[in-house]
Amino acid sequence: MTERVRADAERGTDGMDGKSDQGYSEKDTGQTVASSTNTSSSNSTDATTDTTTDRQRLTAEGLTLAYDRRTVAEDLSVTIPDHSFTVIVGPNACGKSTLLRALSRMLKPTAGSVLLDGEAIGSLPAKKVARTLGLLPQSSIAPDGITVADLVARGRYPHQGLLRQWSETDERIVQESMASTGVAELGDRYVDELSGGQRQRVWIAMAIAQQTPLLLLDEPTTYLDIQHQIDVLDLCAQLHEEQGRTLVAVLHDLNHAARYATHLIAMRGGEVVAEGAPEDIVTAELVERVFGLRCQVIDDPETGTPLVIPAARRSRKPAAAETANTETADTEAASTEAAEPLAAAATES
Amino acid sequence: MNASKRTTTTGASGVTLRTGGLSLRLDVRSAVVGLLLLAVVLAMSVVLIGTGDFPMAPGDVLRSLAGNGTMAQDFIVHDLRLPRVLVGLLVGAALGLAGAVFQSISRNPLGSPDVIGFGQGSAAGALTVIVLFQGDPTEVAIGAICGGLLTGFGVYALAWRRGVHGYRLVLVGIGATAMLAAVNGYLLTKADLPDATRAVVWLTGSLNGRDWSQVWPLACVCAVLLPVILGQARGLRMLEMGDDSAYALGVRVERTRLVLMFAGVLLTASATAAAGPVAFVALVAPQLARRLTHSAGPNLLPSAWMGAALLVTADWSAQRAFGADQLPVGALTGMLGGAYLLWLLVTERKAGRI
Repeated sequence: MTERVRADAERGTDGMDGKSDQGYSEKDTGQTVASSTNTSSSNSTDATTDTTTDRQRLTAEGLTLAYDRRTVAEDLSVTIPDHSFTVIVGPNACGKSTLLRALSRMLKPTAGSVLLDGEAIGSLPAKKVARTLGLLPQSSIAPDGITVADLVARGRYPHQGLLRQWSETDERIVQESMASTGVAELGDRYVDELSGGQRQRVWIAMAIAQQTPLLLLDEPTTYLDIQHQIDVLDLCAQLHEEQGRTLVAVLHDLNHAARYATHLIAMRGGEVVAEGAPEDIVTAELVERVFGLRCQVIDDPETGTPLVIPAARRSRKPAAAETANTETADTEAASTEAAEPLAAAATES
Repeated sequence: MNASKRTTTTGASGVTLRTGGLSLRLDVRSAVVGLLLLAVVLAMSVVLIGTGDFPMAPGDVLRSLAGNGTMAQDFIVHDLRLPRVLVGLLVGAALGLAGAVFQSISRNPLGSPDVIGFGQGSAAGALTVIVLFQGDPTEVAIGAICGGLLTGFGVYALAWRRGVHGYRLVLVGIGATAMLAAVNGYLLTKADLPDATRAVVWLTGSLNGRDWSQVWPLACVCAVLLPVILGQARGLRMLEMGDDSAYALGVRVERTRLVLMFAGVLLTASATAAAGPVAFVALVAPQLARRLTHSAGPNLLPSAWMGAALLVTADWSAQRAFGADQLPVGALTGMLGGAYLLWLLVTERKAGRI
């Protein structure tokens, strides 16, 4: 309890809140532009409620996460700032996807708890959670012979019941979700026939149709080419800015993360190494600490956000040897020790 | 500009009935296919009742069913042929429904109860009763149900690893089928001749000599389990998108799956207890139903009607082609279903799923 209060106080002073507030004032102007270009603009009703509570809606406290007996993380605490676009980064097997699975109640923590609006997420009714928190999993299966419209419509499931199978609201929201992801004209097509980029948009449309104020995305850009990666990230940014949703995404590309995130969480070996606005935390030292990669960090000429440039191979090699020599042997050993079981866990899952 | 088109396409196939806060959704094509199949089932049933050593015109059959027949007709219809046809209908519907449930859970057309060992499990139970205890038909039926349930639990337990997944279920099931077939073979060699004959007839799956004592238990099981399964149908549709997606949408994944699997195993076992392991209906019916409805999802009711239609049609064909009581219906469904299975394996391989 005290810890959480302290964490909130810290966040209040470190400039994060100021930033996201700025995001909001921009949002209004952005929205008028958007509505003139026909995107669905006014369906953010339940997303924009409760902005000023002290406690953030989604938090995790003292999590121990494990698959079978392999522990991925211990005593992990994370707070997702409301209305942020939070991106979790870290090397392979650092536990970032595992953390996302825990936040979305796919994985039951062995210790600690994930709190949604102050209540343990596992104790809440499944459908109620599904109306508040959505997840775009890494692998979803499109049933044989399903059309785009049918698939997106399935996102309405948590809002439906035996006697309320397809309301006018359902219909409107499905239309809006398809329009805002640019798949409206694909409605009658079979999902199997679509390209990878289109298919990912359809899955995102389904997650949007779920109308959850919180949306978690597990590596939404994996397996997409660069254009479609940017496409998907733009879409996420748009969701965040125009509809005020809280987004949490696991991303592999550090530069994408730095460009799109309003809040960045860097993980290594099951621990949070740093968190905050990308401008504040992405430095060459951090990248080397988290990814073990020597690099320069410059300003992105397009956006001014940090841009990570890996050091050239020639300059990196002797440097790596140098660091191995200078760093004390025990820290090196400790980090490899921590990495190995994690790698095993990752291949397992 | 294309706003009107969007209105028609969104939400896709189906009409919606709305009053006040209630809204019901109906997939038109599925409903029409279901009704047509039901009509086929009823028509074939009337024809089947009229078929046999004492042929009757459909009009006479209907008159007798309505209670206006002659005494001889009434006896033949009510006491001899109607129960047989009803058993056929119920067995077909139960197998079709169970097949749809399991194929949907395993996300694999091969994950149907007869392929993954439940039929063989029921057979092992029945053979044990016939060969080792020389039991009467009721005891054989109970043995079949127990065998089916035990096999179901065994396969579930072996296939379970942080949830049941399609492939593991199918592979474990095929292993169980092979083992149980061996057990059945062993039991048959141990049996003396009359028992062995009885066992083999039972093993082929036959509707011969079925009477009301088989109809009522099966009808009760279906009456209880059908609403249970239909109640879980919406969750089952979500499960087809993978466990994670279903969880994210608020489906209690493992509970839904457990209820459905239990209901499916019980349906299969009860059907097998009534008519023996009628081969391949559970495999074929959901696939044919899906090809008719063109609808994603488990297609539960169309599969049930299709199963019933297949079974009565197969029984009628067997009687027409080989004379009454000559060829057990299971032999015919086995031949047709085997051909279908081969075709399925070839196309699945082409689609890269096997």
